[in-house]
Amino acid sequence: MSVQAGTSAAKAPAGFFGLAPDRLFIVLSRLVALSALAITLSLLSPHFLTWNNTVNILRHAAPLFIMSAGLTIVVLTAGIDLSVGAVLGLSACLAASLITQGYPGVGIAAALGAGLACGLTNGALVAYARIPSFIATYGMLWIANGLAYVFMQGEVIYGLPASFRSIGVGYIGPIPIPVVLMGVAIVILQIVMHRTPFGRGVYAIGGNPIAARLSGMPVQRRLVVVYGLSGLMASFASLVVIARTNAADVSLGEEQLLPAIAAVCLGGTSLFGGVGGIAGTAVGAIILAMVLNGMNLLGIKTFWQAGVLGLIILLSVLADQLVGSRINRSSR
Amino acid sequence: MSQIADHPQVVDRSALLGWLAAAPGAVYLLAVLSIGLTILTPHFFSVANLTNVALQVSVLVIVALGMTLVILTEGIDLSLGPVLGLCGVVMAMMVVSGLPLWLAIGSAIIIGAAFGLANGTLVAYVGLPPFIVTLATFGIAQSLATMLTEGNSITGLPDVVRWFNAGYFLGLPVPLWATAVAFAATYLLLYRTKFGRYTFAIGGNRQALVLSGSKARVYQVLVYVYAGVLTALASFIMTARMNAAHPTIGVGLEFDAIAAVILGGTSFEKGRGGIAGTLIGALAVGVLRNGLNLMGVSAEWQVAIVGLIIIAAVGIDSIRGHNA
Repeated sequence: MSVQAGTSAAKAPAGFFGLAPDRLFIVLSRLVALSALAITLSLLSPHFLTWNNTVNILRHAAPLFIMSAGLTIVVLTAGIDLSVGAVLGLSACLAASLITQGYPGVGIAAALGAGLACGLTNGALVAYARIPSFIATYGMLWIANGLAYVFMQGEVIYGLPASFRSIGVGYIGPIPIPVVLMGVAIVILQIVMHRTPFGRGVYAIGGNPIAARLSGMPVQRRLVVVYGLSGLMASFASLVVIARTNAADVSLGEEQLLPAIAAVCLGGTSLFGGVGGIAGTAVGAIILAMVLNGMNLLGIKTFWQAGVLGLIILLSVLADQLVGSRINRSSR
Repeated sequence: MSQIADHPQVVDRSALLGWLAAAPGAVYLLAVLSIGLTILTPHFFSVANLTNVALQVSVLVIVALGMTLVILTEGIDLSLGPVLGLCGVVMAMMVVSGLPLWLAIGSAIIIGAAFGLANGTLVAYVGLPPFIVTLATFGIAQSLATMLTEGNSITGLPDVVRWFNAGYFLGLPVPLWATAVAFAATYLLLYRTKFGRYTFAIGGNRQALVLSGSKARVYQVLVYVYAGVLTALASFIMTARMNAAHPTIGVGLEFDAIAAVILGGTSFEKGRGGIAGTLIGALAVGVLRNGLNLMGVSAEWQVAIVGLIIIAAVGIDSIRGHNA
């Protein structure tokens, strides 16, 4: 399923009849990476290729995808949202605290509201104050981190009610609920990105901002919505995360930014905007969840995680950039 | 001198009002903070406290000087914080294991330079966005530092290391000398050499970089290398002050450095700004943190407040720039 999803995402902006050569490289290289990883890990660890572990990987991939999908839309507009991890952390702390105090509805609303507010603020700063996105969202990263620290005062919250936890650990038939949520999110976002004026506008803003503005598109308002959506998706992901881990503390958000960026880069969305998409990010999130799962199974220390994620980001953007520029040069 | 006159920030304005209107936000912030803190707390305006601020801010100034050059080229280096941690850890481990100090210092400087070289090459020659490249090397440096120490601090440093923080040279503390030397060296590089002219040109006009060929790219790489080397130097002072090297000590320092640079009036657009502003910006951030400490504001709030100030400073700068 993920394979077809990856292909269609890359196909959409390139046209109906086939992939541009550089997009073809991205799709093929990710498929090779995915299969090579799966084969290597199943040879190295007897536990890898089991039903339980596969479900486990997908369960980890789901919140990662949900957060990275919002980030992907930002990246498609040639922007970046460095605050997604911190926003996830802040929302998780708000939700966990209020839910354990017996206000599940308020907790969920507060988490989503905080995420949306952070995102809309980012969008306003980028679109209207014209602050470069990496600096506005980097400031927001620290604001959200700081607020989470202030709110938690060093506490760790655990013991969420079982009814809430079902969105992280429950099943619908044989399929875990997070995976169902991921599937629903893919379908909705694919329709939004490829079948609505909003989605086409996002690609246009990233691909050619001047043309987008001249065509009369409300570029600034659309950017605010895009960043707002990114914050909202990050806080939605936070609910799935705390439902699975059954705990929240301030360090949660600090470990989320590198995986989110890595999933987008692995998914083949261009950091220069306009090219790529949601389905690629879904494949990226699954590959990443597999890598982290594999490191876990092989007993590799968590110290290495940040470095491995950094290398994955570098390697994927480096390969795409080098191959892309070579193909473009030779076809000219 | 001619290249200086090209940059409005450095032009000597005779009218005081004109200067005030164009002055970076750091000048106002520093003035307001100093007056406010002198009134609000009896401890702020004392020799002991001001000396303390000056010593504490030295690490930040040195890192922010490198960051200024990177931002002048329309780049950013998020990896400087973890690189500082890594350099400190490497230096401390080598000294503790009995290797000579010069070798430890040299190795740390080479590591700082190597990270700069990698960052700069990927930005200048491959054309990747700086924030992605340096976020990736952020993760790599952090992993290396925690791996080397297994997440622990390196303690038991010989007394000679503490000289970097507590030592005196010609009657002044060593960190102040280091700050002064780093500032003077950066000033000369930026305003008296080809390196400096390229630094402004790369930020001022991306086309110029492409049209002038690969030479500009060499200088763009060197900007990142220079920032890495300065960060290694700052790590010695940091390690000496802590009397220990901790792998994550630098995380977040890149944030203060970016705040100092932006408050100091260096802009992400058009290669505007300079290091005098950064010095004031770093002082403003240092005084802000010191003041928040004196007033008993928790470290948690400080993080959020500095984040707000960065955004406000860039927002005001951006709105001013577009109106001008």
